[in-house]
Amino acid sequence: MPARRPPPRPDPALDLDLAGTQRVLTSFIAGEVLRTGRKRVVVGLSGGIDSAVAAVLARRALGASGVVAVLMPYRTSHPSSERDARRLTRALGVATERFDISPMVDAYFASDPRAGRVRRGNKMARERMSILYDRSEVHHALVLGTSNKTELLLGYGTLHGDMASALNPLGDLYKTQVRRLAERLRVPAAIRAKVPSADLWAGQTDEAELGHSYDELDRLLHLLVDRRGSRADALAEGWPRRMVDEVLRRIAGSQHKRRPPLVAKLSARTVGIDFRYPRDWGT
Amino acid sequence: MKAVLAQIAPALGDPELNLRRHLEQARRAARAGAVLIVFPELSLTGYLLQDLASDVAQDARAGAQTARLAAASRRTAIVAGFAELAPGALVHNAAGVWAKGALAHLHRKVYLPTYGMFDEARYFAAGEVLRTFQAPWGRTGLLICEDFWHLSSSYLLSQEGMEVLIVVSASPVKGLRASGGPAGAVWLSLGRVVAQFFGCYVLYVNRAGCEDGWTYSGGSFALDPSGEVLAQARELGPDQVTVRLDPSRIRQVRSAYPLLRDEKLDLVRRELDRIASARYAGS
Repeated sequence: MPARRPPPRPDPALDLDLAGTQRVLTSFIAGEVLRTGRKRVVVGLSGGIDSAVAAVLARRALGASGVVAVLMPYRTSHPSSERDARRLTRALGVATERFDISPMVDAYFASDPRAGRVRRGNKMARERMSILYDRSEVHHALVLGTSNKTELLLGYGTLHGDMASALNPLGDLYKTQVRRLAERLRVPAAIRAKVPSADLWAGQTDEAELGHSYDELDRLLHLLVDRRGSRADALAEGWPRRMVDEVLRRIAGSQHKRRPPLVAKLSARTVGIDFRYPRDWGT
Repeated sequence: MKAVLAQIAPALGDPELNLRRHLEQARRAARAGAVLIVFPELSLTGYLLQDLASDVAQDARAGAQTARLAAASRRTAIVAGFAELAPGALVHNAAGVWAKGALAHLHRKVYLPTYGMFDEARYFAAGEVLRTFQAPWGRTGLLICEDFWHLSSSYLLSQEGMEVLIVVSASPVKGLRASGGPAGAVWLSLGRVVAQFFGCYVLYVNRAGCEDGWTYSGGSFALDPSGEVLAQARELGPDQVTVRLDPSRIRQVRSAYPLLRDEKLDLVRRELDRIASARYAGS
């Protein structure tokens, strides 16, 4: 069994109107999908809380026929991941597909068996992205993203892997806020109680890799980002210097993951620089 | 006298589609005997235009869509927002009042929010004028969104005899907190202050729908001159509410609270002159 974590404690700094958030997010998913002429989303279900919340929101926004859940286990994935994901798709009554990514990933690394676990993890994330985009064509659907605000700010995700999507309902919710929303949305307890993990190698957990708990990270990020606090403000509030500097370094160091690629400016009007149209242009 | 608040979700960058929706709702309002129908900010074009602003800008009288709004305004006056192409190739975030087949009043947004999530001054020229106009339902002032957040706007209009204030907006959901009330709660608080300070009706029409990840908060409302809520549209989604304007209410409220009678315009002007001279002295 994967490790259990204690139930989240409420934090006034990350206070969230859950009912309002749910209404905004279902309206966002329905509005942004339907305007493209498509009627459904594909979402990769990992068995974790983020993709579960995204799937439940999409089910509420678009109905059962509007969601295709895609399970993409690798041979070392924890068996509970697929079991919990399937339990959720049954409860939601949505179409479910399964693709084992082991053959593709293993074929690629056959010529480079010494590749480390980070490269393998990134490859798995990108393999899944590649499948999701293909399935979105098959189902005339959009790819629903599942990266939360904590991951986006810390750059804790794979560029063009799990960070890739057409629309992301969770990108402005910190991990601890996703947990509270999951409770409201009645995401199965087995999924909510899990210790967060990308499940890219045995024993991997987010909090061990990030070096701090989500409760702490979210409160510090909320101060630095949402409340526009400075480094000095964080130190004055009693945050340890090492943690503050590390988090600030992570945010700045991962900015490239949150932006489209750089285009070299040459002409009078350049894509991404002074050719500025809304993404929803033409929909 | 009946007024209709039309909380619609305009399509982005498609004035022709939006015009058809305006005309359909205006026809229904006319059949119901309304003297006035109010659409939100940039209702003919959508809000997040960026470089589209100059692509869809048109003349206030002879534009492809504005001319037809004028023609449709013979029985019921129409307030609508659009990107105005003004002399000198200036593009304004504007709102017009079309009545009896012609443009009766034009307001160019004076305060263009360019901070946080807003970037209007990049795409629009600022208006320089605040004026009331005489309408069958009373002397009226028209403000666009951010204009209303400067109390001086409502103050100036009230000194010119404003009895009805129309505020059109495209206000998004931002900072949803459990302790903060509904998404548009702050608009209602400010609206009540203005209605009570100046003894005027306040008709606030916000938009619905989403664009590029923004969700507009709806919640349009009408206040009587004592600040009482006459009607309120729902949050987020499209809606329509009808209210009755009664000129005798203005007389009643202003005799109970003769605030405008006692206003000292000369004192205000004298002190403003003094403050302004001191502020710019030596600079």
